[in-house]
Amino acid sequence: MITQAATDWLPIVFIALMGLSVLVYAILDGYDLGVGILLPFAASPNDSSPVSREELQRDTMIASIGPFWDANETWLVLAIGLLLIAFPTAHSLILTNLYIPAAIMLIGLIIRGVAFDFRAKAAVDHKHTWDRAFKAGSLLTTLTQGYMLGQYVMGFESNWQAQLFSMLSALGVTAAYCYIGAAWLILKTESDLQQRAVAWARRAGRATLMGVLAVSLINPIVNPGVFDRWFQFPLVMFLLLIPTLCFLCFIANDLLLKRLPKAKDRHCWLPFLLVSIIFSLCFCGLAFSFFPEIVPGELNIWQAASATESLQFIFYGVVIVMPLILLYTLFSYKVFHGKSTELNYH
Amino acid sequence: MLDTLGLDTQILSRIQFATNISFHILFPTITIALCWILLFFKLRFDFTANPVWMRAYRFWVKIFALTFALGVVSGVTMSFQFGTNWPGFMEKVGNVAGPLLGYEVLTAFFLEATFLGIMLFGLNRLPSKVHSLCVFFVAIGTTLSAFWILALNSWMQTPAGFELRDGVVYPNDWLAIIFNPSFPYRLAHVLLASGLTAAFFVAGLSAYRILKGDQKQAPRLALKTGLILAALLAPLQAFVGDLHGLNTLQHQPQKIAAMEGIWHTEKGAPLLLFAIPDEQQKTNHFPIALPKMASLILTHELEGEIKGLNAFKDNHPPVKPLFFAFRIMVGTGLLMLLVAWVGCYQLRKANEPPRWLLKLLVAMTFSGWLATLAGWYVTEIGRQPWLVSGILKTADAVTSVAATHVGLSLLLYLSVYGLLMWAYIHTLKVMALKSVSVEEFETTPPAAGANLTNLPMSTPRNTL
Ligand code: HDD
Ligand code: HEM
Ligand code: HEM
Repeated sequence: MITQAATDWLPIVFIALMGLSVLVYAILDGYDLGVGILLPFAASPNDSSPVSREELQRDTMIASIGPFWDANETWLVLAIGLLLIAFPTAHSLILTNLYIPAAIMLIGLIIRGVAFDFRAKAAVDHKHTWDRAFKAGSLLTTLTQGYMLGQYVMGFESNWQAQLFSMLSALGVTAAYCYIGAAWLILKTESDLQQRAVAWARRAGRATLMGVLAVSLINPIVNPGVFDRWFQFPLVMFLLLIPTLCFLCFIANDLLLKRLPKAKDRHCWLPFLLVSIIFSLCFCGLAFSFFPEIVPGELNIWQAASATESLQFIFYGVVIVMPLILLYTLFSYKVFHGKSTELNYH
Repeated sequence: MLDTLGLDTQILSRIQFATNISFHILFPTITIALCWILLFFKLRFDFTANPVWMRAYRFWVKIFALTFALGVVSGVTMSFQFGTNWPGFMEKVGNVAGPLLGYEVLTAFFLEATFLGIMLFGLNRLPSKVHSLCVFFVAIGTTLSAFWILALNSWMQTPAGFELRDGVVYPNDWLAIIFNPSFPYRLAHVLLASGLTAAFFVAGLSAYRILKGDQKQAPRLALKTGLILAALLAPLQAFVGDLHGLNTLQHQPQKIAAMEGIWHTEKGAPLLLFAIPDEQQKTNHFPIALPKMASLILTHELEGEIKGLNAFKDNHPPVKPLFFAFRIMVGTGLLMLLVAWVGCYQLRKANEPPRWLLKLLVAMTFSGWLATLAGWYVTEIGRQPWLVSGILKTADAVTSVAATHVGLSLLLYLSVYGLLMWAYIHTLKVMALKSVSVEEFETTPPAAGANLTNLPMSTPRNTL
């Protein structure tokens, strides 16, 4: 039953699947974490009604992610699960190295997840506190995720340069999540809030661009292997397409945002698409830098792979179940298409 | 500093794992069955068009959403634990554990998480029956999730269908792995436990509303549903628990010996209702016992022989926690049986449940948590010193992370969980109180003479 070929290609299939889940996670949970970070708290200028404009906007923003955040987060569980199933050695190596940031990220996810539900419940007296907790939890999550990404790229070094880089990465990832969060809001909201979202998107877009530039410059400098891989002639001509395209998307989106919102809300979906493309391109760039290594400089995917029998068993499951998951995910987005209005719970 | 307290990485990791899973299980054990109860409410509404069912649904779906959220966030933490604290576990048995966890994510988590969104927010966007179908998918998802995780846990108790190569476990028969000897019993027992936990939870919170002066039909209907469910499941649970124990006797006799406090192999062993086991002197103090009953229950013969702890040398789990936890679980189970039956009898007799019954039910709101935790402690501590029976010792699986780091993360979790637990209980209370005065006023009374679960409406205060 078990052929050498299966032992060779199954790890590739699983690393591809894992990469896909990480990317889908970054896009999907990215937008809801971003929305959480963007929650406004400032006192509104003309605040006459008992419920402030800011609070209404918070309600709308949270309503726009309400039906989705749980499923979005499941992609993280899948990514970690696939790492665990397919590459157990890498799983323990990575997670023991990132022990503390991972724990803090989980705390962030916990705070965010429950704040979302508590705020909507009867304890109206504490709604404000839960909103703040929601924002803080989202921020904690994105910062630690960015930090972990930086640590991963740096091969889990703990010297100050690596720390600095990881901090930078933390900010960059947070900006990127704000970027996609704002783009989501442009798609899902209207009038006042939509205009604010456009402004947020422009600022976050520029910050993200800086972050991407910094990471792309520093990564090949500190990892010689990465440098060699990118700057191989003639492959480099083809490869440079990735950063070029990415850059063009940033510019195009910035120009587009300047003109939004348009009459009849035309093109309100375009920023989200563009940011998703940017995410995918950045992800391809990172993946190309390291593949087939799974722990940079230490383990490649074949060394880390678990038993072929186990991979085969779960492979059947993936082939059957994955299309179904995509199908009902689409169904859910179809049910909730259109602008989200006030929080219409249950 | 941690060292001086005797807290090394292993102890801390064990405490942390136990803390996290204990916190986690509190919420799934409610949601698994509560979702089926919600489906029941929803379907009754779809088919009778009686708005009371919808009101019951609307109140309980909010509680469900809150509980589910706590289950999700603590569950996400669980999925990181294997890597962060038990790397040896994955390296040694990952070939079996990984795919089982993977199937849980693929078949259960996505299903429940996606349809949960539709269930909570889609009521006005879908035809009611399609919406009910979504509720059904969430219920299937939570139950499937229990199926897979219990397959893994049972395999850790009674491993089957594998071979060892160079000390690493390789699967050779997936059906034997999933349907390992203790799995059917454990699955049935845990699902029934969930049913009982949810039933008393629903009955308790509804009783609280009625005690606080709620005049509406919905809490009475929910109370009745909870009580009837509990009355049906409690005897079933005792029966399944007995079978489960017999199965354990066959596969993990040292666990049973510790649970029953049997130090020396004996014939006609007594059933200890109470005692204080003493590990040093290998005996029980202050025993209150029914002669020969343990042998009768476990071997179905008065003079049947039961292996004592002496037969396992030092290779047996600690006795005290097992002994007491087992008695807490069974004691709670018997109390549930009693209360549910008396409660149903009272409901048959009078339309309005008496206040003492309501108070008793309020006191038992979280009795399911107690029994469930006690049961899990029996099962898990009873497996020690093994992590996977006969294959991997707990001590060999622990992480190499520094004790201070584990101490720090444990402290973080403990404080967050403490806070969340307080917030959860507080919010339940506020929600119940709020629903007493606002929400869910009924416009039409339920049809008179309708079937069992419709409360008859004789007193005017019921019809509000
Ligand atoms: C008998 C039931 C049971 C047991 C023993 C466990 N779980 Fe659980 N878990 C569930 C029953 C459940 C559930 C009913 O499916 C939950 C609870 C609430 C929810 O959202 O789903 C869930 C949620 C849940 C989630 C979030 C899923 C989502 O995003 O929807 C994760 C990642 C885990 N669990 C992981 C674990 C791990 C790693 C466990 C053991 C070591 C574990 N659970 C024990
Ligand atoms: C859901 C209810 C559960 C509860 C309340 C529970 C409770 C516990 C407790 C108290 C311990 C510590 C025992 C000791 O160290 O003496 C433990 C250990 C452990 N359990 Fe469970 N458990 C549950 C389910 C599971 C499941 C479903 C799995 C795996 C699939 C699992 C895997 C483990 C592991 C890996 C350990 C760590 C090693 C150890 O300390 O023995 N548990 N559990
Ligand atoms: C009334 C009589 C009961 C009996 C005779 C009984 C018997 C048992 C036994 C023998 C075990 C240990 C199995 C093993 O470790 O191999 C167990 C575990 C457990 N019990 Fe009970 N039980 C009873 C009631 C309850 C009730 C009322 C609940 C909860 C509402 C409950 C929840 C659990 C849980 C969650 C476990 C751990 C998981 C498992 O191993 O199945 N039990 N029970």
